[in-house]
Amino acid sequence: MNQLTTDRLMEIIRDCAGEGDPIEAAGGRPEDLDFAALGYDSLALLETLGRLEREFGVAIQEDEFARATTPAQLTTLVNRLLAAVS
Amino acid sequence: MRADTVVTGMGVVAPTGLGHAEHWAGTLRGASAIGPVTRFDAGRYPSRLAGEVASFVPEDHLPSRLLPQTDHMTRMALVASDWALADAGVDPGRLPEYGVGVVTAASAGGFEFGHRELQNLWRHGPQHVSAYQSFAWFYAVNTGQISIRHGLRGPAGALVTDQAGGLDALGQARRQLRRGQPMVLAGAVDGSPCPWGWVAHVSTGRMSEEPDPARAYRPFDTEAGGYVPGEGGALLVLESEEAARARGAARRYGRLAGYAATFDPPPGSGRPPNLLRAARAALDDADLRPGEVDVVFADAAGTPEEDAIEAEALRTLFGPRGVPVTAPKTMTGRLSAGGPALDVATALLALREGVIPPTVNIARPLPEHTLDLVTAPRRTPLATALILARGHGGFNSALVVTGPRRPGRATTPQRQESKPS
Repeated sequence: MNQLTTDRLMEIIRDCAGEGDPIEAAGGRPEDLDFAALGYDSLALLETLGRLEREFGVAIQEDEFARATTPAQLTTLVNRLLAAVS
Repeated sequence: MRADTVVTGMGVVAPTGLGHAEHWAGTLRGASAIGPVTRFDAGRYPSRLAGEVASFVPEDHLPSRLLPQTDHMTRMALVASDWALADAGVDPGRLPEYGVGVVTAASAGGFEFGHRELQNLWRHGPQHVSAYQSFAWFYAVNTGQISIRHGLRGPAGALVTDQAGGLDALGQARRQLRRGQPMVLAGAVDGSPCPWGWVAHVSTGRMSEEPDPARAYRPFDTEAGGYVPGEGGALLVLESEEAARARGAARRYGRLAGYAATFDPPPGSGRPPNLLRAARAALDDADLRPGEVDVVFADAAGTPEEDAIEAEALRTLFGPRGVPVTAPKTMTGRLSAGGPALDVATALLALREGVIPPTVNIARPLPEHTLDLVTAPRRTPLATALILARGHGGFNSALVVTGPRRPGRATTPQRQESKPS
C-alpha cells in the first residue's frame, strides 16, 4: 500500500514552498516542530494540501488538516486516510 | 514651498544589464539586447523578437521559498528592490515599521504564472491550480511581495496605465512624500513573455513583424514598423530631501522636479492627443521653461502615427530640432510599465555622467519629424531631462528630473542666463 513518510512529506513541502527556515540544533526532530517554526505559512500548507490530495488520491477535510500542525501529525493523518480507502 | 523629492538609490534589471552599472555601460556601447524570443516557442506568432533579460538567474538572487510563488517579472522586481535599497544604503530592518512605502506599476501582473495555472485548471481541473495563483498574477503582486520581503509597511499602491505607469508610480510616490512619508520605493519591473502575454501584445496591432533584430524597432525612422516588447525595469528609492539629509544619505542621483499625466480624447473626437499637455504640465510643475530642458527621453512608440504625434509635441514645445531627443529603449524593446521607469534611471545616470545615451538602429530618421535624434553617445553638460511615456488606450505621462548639479532653481540662478531658451 502507498504510504507517506515524513521524509517524503518534507520533500513535497520543499517542492511546493521552497526551503524552510534553518532549524536550531536544540529544537528536536524537525517532523515534530510546528510548520510555522519550520518557516511554512498557511499558503505553503494549502499548496502542499493540494499536492498530497493529487499524489495520494485522498480528500483531506480542512478542519482535520488545520489540526495537523507538524509534519509528523500530517503524515499520520494522510496515512490514516489512505488506510481507510484501501 | 514644497519639499524636494530626491532619488537616493536605484535597482535596475534590464535586457541591457543586471544592475545600473552594467546597464549604463551596455547602453553607452549601444549594445542592443533585442533578439529571438527564448522564454517560449514564438515560432507560430507573427512577431518573434523580444528584449529579454538573458543573464537573470532567479536562484542566484532569491531564496527558494519565493520561487514557487512568484512570476518571472516579480522575481526580477524583488531583486531590483534589493539592489535599490542597498544602493541607497538603507537597511529596512532599522527603519520605522511604517516609514517606507511601496508603489509599483504593472501592465499585466504575473501573466506567465497565470497562464500556467489557467492551463492547469482547464487541462487537469481545479485541484491542480497552485494556491499561489491567489495572488501571484495580480497587478499589485510586486508591491505586495516587495513590501513583505523588506518589511515595508508604509503607504502602498499599484498603478495600471500600461507604459505610462512607470512614470505614474513615481508621481504617486512623490504624492506620498509630500504627505509626510519619509521614503518610498517606487517604479516598475514588468514583462509577460508567455503565449498569453504575447497575444495581448499582438492584439494591439502595433507590434513589429520584422524578423531582423537590427530593423525591428526603429522609432522615428522612415521604416518605423511597430515595437518590440521586452522585460525588466527599474525601482528607485525616493525620499524627501529633509528625510535623506536626516539619515545622512550618501548620494543624490537627482531630483524628481516635475510630473504630470493626461488622458487622450476618445478616437474620432477630432481633438488632439494630450501628450503635449502632459509634457507642458510637467515642466510647469517643475517651474522650468522648455529651453531649460537638456535632453528628452522619448516614448518612441515605433509606429508612424504615434511617432508623428510625439514629434509634433516636441516641435511645438521646443521648436524644430530644439532639444536633443533619445530613445535608449531601442536596445531593450518596450518593457511595458518597466520601460519608462528604466528611462528615468537611465536619464539620472546620463545627468550624472554628462552623456546622452544613443538611440540605435535608426538608419534614416524621418526628416518631417525635425528631431535632433541622438544616435551616438553625446557628451554635453546635462542638468535637466524630460521623460515621456504613453500607455495603450490614451495614457500620457511626463516626468522631469534634475541632476545633482542642479540642486534647485533658487540656488542656481546663473544657469538661466547661461543658456538661451
